[in-house]
This record gives sequence, C-alpha cells and structure tokens, in this order.
Amino acid sequence: MKMKELFLAIVGLCLVSAGTGCARQSAAAAGPPPAASGTVIVESSGGKQIGATGTALPQPVVVQVNDEQGNAVTGASVSFSGAAGVSFDPPRGLTDSSGQFTTTVSLGEMAGRYQLVASTTTKTQKKVDLKIEEVALDYHRRLGQLLDDKYCSRCHNPESTPERVSNFDNLEVKPHAFTEGDVLNRMSDADLIAIISHGGPALNRSPIMPPYGYTLSKAEIQALIAYIRMISDPPYQAPGMVYAQK
Amino acid sequence: MQPSNPNPGSLWQKLFGDPIRAFGIVSALLLALLAIAPAKNYFSEWRHYQKGYLRMIRTRGEAVTLQRHFQPGIQQIWHPEIGVTDRCASCHVGLKEASLTDVSLQPYRRHPVIPHSTEQYGCVICHRGQGAATTVEEAHSSTLAWEQPILPSRYIESGCGQCHRASLESTPQLNQGRALLARYGCVQCHVIKLPDGGTMQATQDAPSLSHIADKTTREWIFAWLKDPQAYATSATMPNFKLKDEDIRDISAFLIANSTPVPGANAPPIAQKASDPAAGASLYGESFCASCHTVQNAAGNLVGGNVGPELTRIGNKAKPEWLRAWVRNPRLYDPKTEMPHYRFTDQQVATMEGFLLAKSDSDFLANAHLDPATPEQVAHGKSLVMEYGCASCHEISGIKKPENFAPELSRIGSKPVSQLIFLAAMPHSLPDYIAGKIRQPRAFAPGLKMPQYSFTPAQIDALTTALLAQNDPAQSLPPSVTIPLPAASHYRPAGKAGQIMADLACFSCHAINGRGGDMAPDLAWEGSSVQRKWLEDFFRNPGTLRPALIRRMPKFNLTNEEITTLSDYIMTAYQTPDFERDSLPDSGYSATQVEQGRQLFYSKYACQSCHIVDVKADKGYIGPTLTEVGSRLTGAWIYHWLKNPQALRPGTIEPNRNLNDEDAKSLTAFLTMQKGASKKEAKK
Repeated sequence: MKMKELFLAIVGLCLVSAGTGCARQSAAAAGPPPAASGTVIVESSGGKQIGATGTALPQPVVVQVNDEQGNAVTGASVSFSGAAGVSFDPPRGLTDSSGQFTTTVSLGEMAGRYQLVASTTTKTQKKVDLKIEEVALDYHRRLGQLLDDKYCSRCHNPESTPERVSNFDNLEVKPHAFTEGDVLNRMSDADLIAIISHGGPALNRSPIMPPYGYTLSKAEIQALIAYIRMISDPPYQAPGMVYAQK
Repeated sequence: MQPSNPNPGSLWQKLFGDPIRAFGIVSALLLALLAIAPAKNYFSEWRHYQKGYLRMIRTRGEAVTLQRHFQPGIQQIWHPEIGVTDRCASCHVGLKEASLTDVSLQPYRRHPVIPHSTEQYGCVICHRGQGAATTVEEAHSSTLAWEQPILPSRYIESGCGQCHRASLESTPQLNQGRALLARYGCVQCHVIKLPDGGTMQATQDAPSLSHIADKTTREWIFAWLKDPQAYATSATMPNFKLKDEDIRDISAFLIANSTPVPGANAPPIAQKASDPAAGASLYGESFCASCHTVQNAAGNLVGGNVGPELTRIGNKAKPEWLRAWVRNPRLYDPKTEMPHYRFTDQQVATMEGFLLAKSDSDFLANAHLDPATPEQVAHGKSLVMEYGCASCHEISGIKKPENFAPELSRIGSKPVSQLIFLAAMPHSLPDYIAGKIRQPRAFAPGLKMPQYSFTPAQIDALTTALLAQNDPAQSLPPSVTIPLPAASHYRPAGKAGQIMADLACFSCHAINGRGGDMAPDLAWEGSSVQRKWLEDFFRNPGTLRPALIRRMPKFNLTNEEITTLSDYIMTAYQTPDFERDSLPDSGYSATQVEQGRQLFYSKYACQSCHIVDVKADKGYIGPTLTEVGSRLTGAWIYHWLKNPQALRPGTIEPNRNLNDEDAKSLTAFLTMQKGASKKEAKK
C-alpha cells in the first residue's frame, strides 16, 4: 500500500516538473526565431554605468554579435539576464542591420554592483556569454554623486563636456579619478576623511587639493566616501570583514 | 422530559460512548485547540526571519556585537502623532547595524544612511506598505484589507516631499518633477492644493492669444496645433491630437478673435544689404542662446530654455511683428521675460533677416486653408472652450475655466479600487500615474488631456512629485514639516526699477528672493563691486569665467541709464554683515602684498582654480582674477575669503577657515590685481 502511494507521488512530481520544464522552454523560445548566428558577443556601449536603484540606467546597453571574421551579424538572437530585480526592456530579441541589440536596463532595489549577462547562441547551439557590469546607487551614495558633481568632478574627472570644461589638464599635480580603485582602495576611510576635510597637506600631498571640512558637513563627506567606494574599479573591499570559516 | 427529545442519553451514548470517554475526547480536543495559538505564533514568519538572522550573523567576524544588539520578538516603532505604527524591524533586523552594508540577503541589510533616523519617523512614511503587518505578503503587497503596497524605490523621493515642501538639494528627482508640473502647465488645469495653503502655481505663462494675428498666420497656427513638436522639438505645448477640421476651425476663431496691439507692427527698415555673417555674430554677441535654443545641423538643441525655440521662427513670425518685437518686446507683451535690447535700426534689420532665414520650406507645405466661414469661427470658439485652451492662454472673450480637470491635491493616496487600469498594466498607483502621463488618451475614449512628449526620466520625476501630494502630506503636524518659503514679490523702486523691468533683469538674476538662477544673485552687489567697474560692465559686459558660455548681453544703455542703475545698485543692494568701506580697496604695504602672493601660490594654491597671471596660471573653475582689484571692494574680498558660503550660499569656493592675517594678506595681494588700468596705461 505505502509503496504504491509513494510511487504515485513520485510519478506525479515528475509529471509536474516535466510540465514546468516544458513551459520554461516554450517561454524562452517565444521570441522570433534567429535568422543567423555569430560566434562572439561584444559590448558596444552602456557598460560600467552608474545608475540609481530600481531605476532605468541613463543610457541603454548596446551589444553586438560578430562572426569569426569579426563582421557584425544581423538577425542573431540575444538574450539578457541579471540578478533578481534587474529588468530589461526588451529582455531578448534579434540583432538589427548593424548587428546590434539595444535594451534599456533597470537595476534592482539594492545598491551595489550588478553583473548582467548578454548571451547569443552559435550555429552549434552553444551559448556564448558577455558579462557587463553596472552600478546602482542608493539614496546615500546618490547624495555623494551630487556632491562629486558639484565640488569634485571639475578637477577629478578628466572628461570635459560642452556644459562643463574639465580643469584636470590645467593642474600641475594630477588628481585621481574616483574610479581609480588601484590607488583609492589602498587609502583608508580615515585617510579619505582627512584629505577631504583638511586638504592635501593633511596627508603630505599637494595643497592643490583644498580643504572642504568647513564647507561640507561630516555627513556629506561620509556620503561622498560611500560613493567613491561604490564606483571604484577594481571594486573596494572594506577592511576588517573577517568571515569565520565553517 | 419533553416528547421531542425522548431519549437524550441514548443519542449521547451513540455518539461518544460512555461519559468518561466523552469527557476525555472533548478535553483532548480543547487542548489541541488551545495549542494552536502558541503554535501559530511559534511558526510565524517574523520568527523565521529572526532565526535566519541569528544564523547569518554567526558566520561573521562581529557576531558577538551583533548578537548583543539583537532583540528578539516583535519590534515596533510607534508615533501616533504622525500615524506611524511600524513593525518592519521585526524582520528587517539589521536595519541599524553599520557593519551589515555588504549583506546581499534581504531582509537583513542595513538601511542606507539617510538624514533621518528610522526611530523617529518609522519606515512606512517613506516606503509605504502596511507597517502594522507581521507577514511579508501583508506588509509589502496589496491585500484585500490594505491596498498600499511598497513604493518602488525609483519614486522614493516622493516620501521626502510630504514634509519638505520646498526644493531640497538632495532630492533632484522630486525637484525636477515639481518644476515640470509648474512649467508644463499641469497646474493650470489640475488644481494642486499645497498643505500649507495656497496652490501650486505655474512658472511659465503661455503666450496670450488675444493678439495672435499680429504675430503669425492662420497657416502657422494650423501646423502648430497639428503637431507642436514638429515646429519645435522643445515645445512646451502638448499635442491635443485634433482632427484637421477642428484645427481649421480653431485657427479661424483665433485669427477672427484677435485684436491688434498698437505698436506691435513696424514698417520695414531701409537697410543696406547686410553681411550674412553679421546676423549670426549679432545673435552670438547678444547672447540670445542663453535663453533661446536652436536645433543645429546634427539635430542637437543648443541654447537655454527660458524663451521659445527659434529653429523655425521664420515660418512663424510675421516680419513686421518680429521687427517691432526685436526693437521693443514690451510693446506687444508688457510681461515678457525678454529684455528690451535697445538695438539700433541697423541691428534690428540684421537680426530680423537672420531670424527670418531660420525656416523650413516644408513646414507649411500642407497647410492650405480656405477663408473662414462664420460657422467655422463659432465652432472654433466652442472647441477652444471644450479643450480648455484658456486655462493656459489668455484669450479675449473667454474666461479661464475653473476646476477644468480633476484636482490632484491628494492623488498620491488615491485608492487603487477607484482607478481604471489599461489591460496588461500593473495594478498600482505609481504605474497608473505614469501611464496617465505617458498616454493619457488611451484610458477612455473622449478624454481631453493632451499628449505630452516627456522622456521616461521626466515621467518618473512627475510621478514622484504627484505621489508626494497625498493624505499624510496634508495631515502631518506642522512640527515635522518644513513649509515652502513665501514667494518673494520684490520689485525695485523708482526710475531704476523701471529700467530693470525693461531690461528684464529678473529673468536671469535673483534679487531679494525673486528672479532666475542663470546669473549671479545681485542682492549684495553694492557691497561687492566697485562703482567704476559696474559702470564699465554695463557699457561693455565681459565674461568673468573663461569656461562659461552664457553671459550678460550688451544692452546699449545710455550714460544716464547707467548712472541711475549704478546709483541704485550701490545704495540698495548692500549686505548688512559689513561696511563696504571697512577695508581700503588699495594701498596695502608691499610686504603684505608679497606675503599674499606667496600664500596665493604656495599655501593655498589658488592658481589651481583662478588665473591672476595670464601667462603662468591656468585655473579654469573660478572667475579670472586678473582685474579683481578694480572689480571687487577690499572688504568684500576679505569677507569672501573668510567665509564664501556666508555671502553666497551654495558657492563651490571652499571655506578654508583662514586666520585674519592670511585673509588680510591675500586681500592685499588681490586688490593689487588691476588688469584693466594696466591696459589703459599702455594705451
């Protein structure tokens, strides 16, 4: 009796799982069938953007599918996936006449780095992946970003825009871009607070960096540092996080 | 014993057997029932999350500290005066743990740092959801009893807007949304009552249509109404999606209804064939692009958004009107933000030729209209009333309609059950508001709200601002709210006041809380600058900042006007903080000047941002200081160096906490920089 019940239950479970498996497969194949296929997928633009949690990134993400010769492939399938909470509009489709596929990405509700995966299928049905990284800022770090934009980026960001010309090239001692993780990750929070509050001379550096401790509040400096830590490349690892090994 | 129940004992026995066994069964049943309540409590969701939290912290280095902070049981934040009963921290256990910022497992991550403590305001006031609930489903989602789900984080700034009624530096999205509501005429049709009293006011008045026949043709009105964005991509006017016959009749009515303004048309000016480049250079010299935008060959808009886009102005403006407008816009529209430039006849002719050439030959190609009939004019008038055109535009003979569209004062608390959603649309209030802005006409046939062409980011901003207009915002006690400062209606007096109105100084400069933010605030200009520099600047405004594109135009002022303005500015616009003459503008000792020079270049490295010596210094951020000694007063320089934010809040010049001696020496050095007088000496 018991054996029979167990057997029935197992059969039932198998049926259910097979059913959902089927449903998933059909959903993946719901898009138009690919007309062509390439061998590699590369990023055209839209990687390493800094956006806000739960909001669409300022620029769309554009990827391109190429064949062995490096020529763009039209009509190849591209699909995007990411961590829970990340949404793509559209999530999958075919490359256009220039071999590119464009999607608008909204990051999840949690601040941090998000890894997106764009994939295409080759002729032999092999999946080829491309990893793209984006950063989502929460309220605190967005505040830091606003402060960076107002006070810091004119010197620390070497890129000029028509609206704002960068002062970077005019400086005798070049400031570090905030994404320069190699340098900034080696500085402790206390050092960063000191150099922002008291200027370059506080750490025996150039007086070109003025003190902002009388202009910005402590909370604002904290927000700025939280932002700098978030966007640094390579990523910043906070010290003192000792994980007990099980 | 009653006949209807002849043998109770037997029934009892049939069901339960003998009484003792029955008693046993009933007792067991009762015990089991009694056990359900504690069991339900024991297996509750929040307890599950608290156990998960304890498991998680065990693997961390700071486990002991976290363990000590942990408090078991339901955690509640209770502030009845602001309506907060939040139990969120029962599951979100690590909210306040500074070390848990890196946790990716919810609900244990630390809350991002915000200017308020959760203890003081709770969670629901910003995030929405149901604070008193103790299950995930009830707290986060819409349920039968409670339909306010958690607010998606993209709209989180709406929470700030409930208490902060003025714009906050740290809520750019909310500020943008409120500015859009005021600028795009939303508040002209929809009343938005502010919690402090009063209503949200439009910041831009749409042009009056009472005299439109002076300005443009019926054909242009037809093409414009058909698709305003086809004429100007940056047009504020939305698309009303009207039928061609309706547009024909509206244009017929507007032209028939228009009355001429004396002086709004000017006869052609006998001019020499002017150099085609002269127009472009006059347009550039007059800094028209500070306010007006033009689409360049690459399709990008270049210029400001105070005035209308001029890409196809030649298709719109009648030459005789444009001529009179360029000469003195205040004759046609006394309230315009455009300054009266005092152009010479030759300049007016050059500008007219340059602007009229900005046209698109295809633009009016499809607008062929037969002469209007009285029926068309009458139908046009009824359409103008039906679509509420007079909500934004002044139209003679038609009153501004009241309560034309639904009031939005509490739209952010509108119950979902009262909303009609489109198919395949998520049933939530933010999605509804965003959808209504994105495609207003899709919600029902016959709706009148026009189609705007907002970007997705603008729609998010508008939704955020509207979500802040909700029930809590209207009922929060004054102790927790920061009211909107009263709007300033400052107007300078006398003759100078008339000149300033004529030049529309307030379109760019703010004084005493009124005016634009494109140019510096002039409230304390009299303490700041030297009179001679001010007069020279009126005569020939130069730029102080090398990297700045927008700057002050030259207005061809007469000497008398310059004297009147300078007198007024030097007298009326002084700071109460110090006397202008408290420090001399020159005559400091050579040692002090030399000390100042060393401080400038070595200790404070001012040359990183400012230029004193054109050959050596390259600083590109702050104003050029080559002539600062003939521009600013000694007292202003000194007090500026001591605390720039005290004189101009929000300036990016850092406060360096200078001691008096260093500030004096730097003042001495800077007052010596009199570049202009050197040039004069050379001449």
